[in-house]
Amino acid sequence: MSRFRILLRRELALVMRHGFDSLMVIAFFAVAIVLFPFGVGPDPNMLARIASGIIWVAALLAAMLSLERQFLGDFEDGSLELLAASPAGLFPVAAAKALAHWLTTGLPLTVAAPLFALILGLDGDAMGTLMLALALSTPTLSLLGGAGAALVLGARRGGVLLALLVMPLFIPVLIFGVGAVEAAAGGYAVRPHLTILGGLLLMAAVLCPWATAAALRVANE
Amino acid sequence: MKLEVNDLACERGGHPVFAGVTFALDSGGLLVLRGPNGAGKSSLLRLLAGLGHPASGTITVDGRAADDDPAAFAARRVYVGHQDALKPAFTVAENLAFWARLQRGGEIADAEIDGALAALGLQALRDLPARFLSAGQRRRAALARAIAAGADLWLLDEPTNALDAPSLEAFEAALGRHLDGGGSAIVSTHVAVGGERGAVLTLGNAA
Repeated sequence: MSRFRILLRRELALVMRHGFDSLMVIAFFAVAIVLFPFGVGPDPNMLARIASGIIWVAALLAAMLSLERQFLGDFEDGSLELLAASPAGLFPVAAAKALAHWLTTGLPLTVAAPLFALILGLDGDAMGTLMLALALSTPTLSLLGGAGAALVLGARRGGVLLALLVMPLFIPVLIFGVGAVEAAAGGYAVRPHLTILGGLLLMAAVLCPWATAAALRVANE
Repeated sequence: MKLEVNDLACERGGHPVFAGVTFALDSGGLLVLRGPNGAGKSSLLRLLAGLGHPASGTITVDGRAADDDPAAFAARRVYVGHQDALKPAFTVAENLAFWARLQRGGEIADAEIDGALAALGLQALRDLPARFLSAGQRRRAALARAIAAGADLWLLDEPTNALDAPSLEAFEAALGRHLDGGGSAIVSTHVAVGGERGAVLTLGNAA
């Protein structure tokens, strides 16, 4: 069994033990989305037009929620030092954390999104594209967020700092994610948008674990 | 394994902590680190554990620089720092099993976990979530982790903190077995450890 799998299994077991973290993320997502009709009024046409934007922003915020905890527990109880001192090194740690974060927040969000899209009256043709775009971009959020969470370790008010640091990096994902859904609803080609989202994911997958590992190394010194 | 440390110097935040530390440690060897608070006992152990880089000097393992193959060196040492690194949600056995698997890169038999727990009198707490442990029990669990890791070199930072007299005895016995079995250990401590067998390295206060 590779060390990456050992690490991943531990992360998932920890999430399961702590129980409802991923349910909380979905609940936050639901509440955030349900608030919009109260804010902008219940006009179905208006809601359908802004539905994709609402869903994407709510998904970004929901993903932010659980990011801060990603390394904090291990940092505080000394596990992070042992992980760094272990034969695995920090790169697989960073990769396993990001994957576990996606499996427990991004994936449930992706699966739940069509339900909320329906509530907002999003065009039926766009549902598939919405899920595909979310599936391609929520891992990017987990990867970028992991690097951010590692950077703010040990800082006071790390949570706020993390949001300020990471949210701007989410903008490209937001632009092309919303773009894909709007294109699908309007009957245009969605492929360019999805391709760019895929490209962003590949870039994040290569660069972020490395950056995260470097930031963790600094935090340990 | 033969560990050689040559003219090692350590800085923290631009301030020198210690310099000119030289020693060699063979299989079966014990090195006891002594010195006042702030003398750099923990810093030396952290450098050996791969947490941070020395300001100057070299660490070699069996004649090869430790930096040449950090993962190979890491697989042969285990570090117990000030913090116990137990996940409150996991049971004592699960905590141990995770670190042992990570150390070996493979599965570990339950019997080995049980053996490590028994060595420090923790077998009754095997399936208790770590959040219910007392400070002394947590310390013993952290030391049992070192046993379960099955590594040649133990790096123990103040291992006897919070231990009561029977636990101290159990720890001494476990350390003795480790050394008799060809393992080696570097231990920082304020109390006597390892009886007469250890060499003592006293770090001065650089401040």
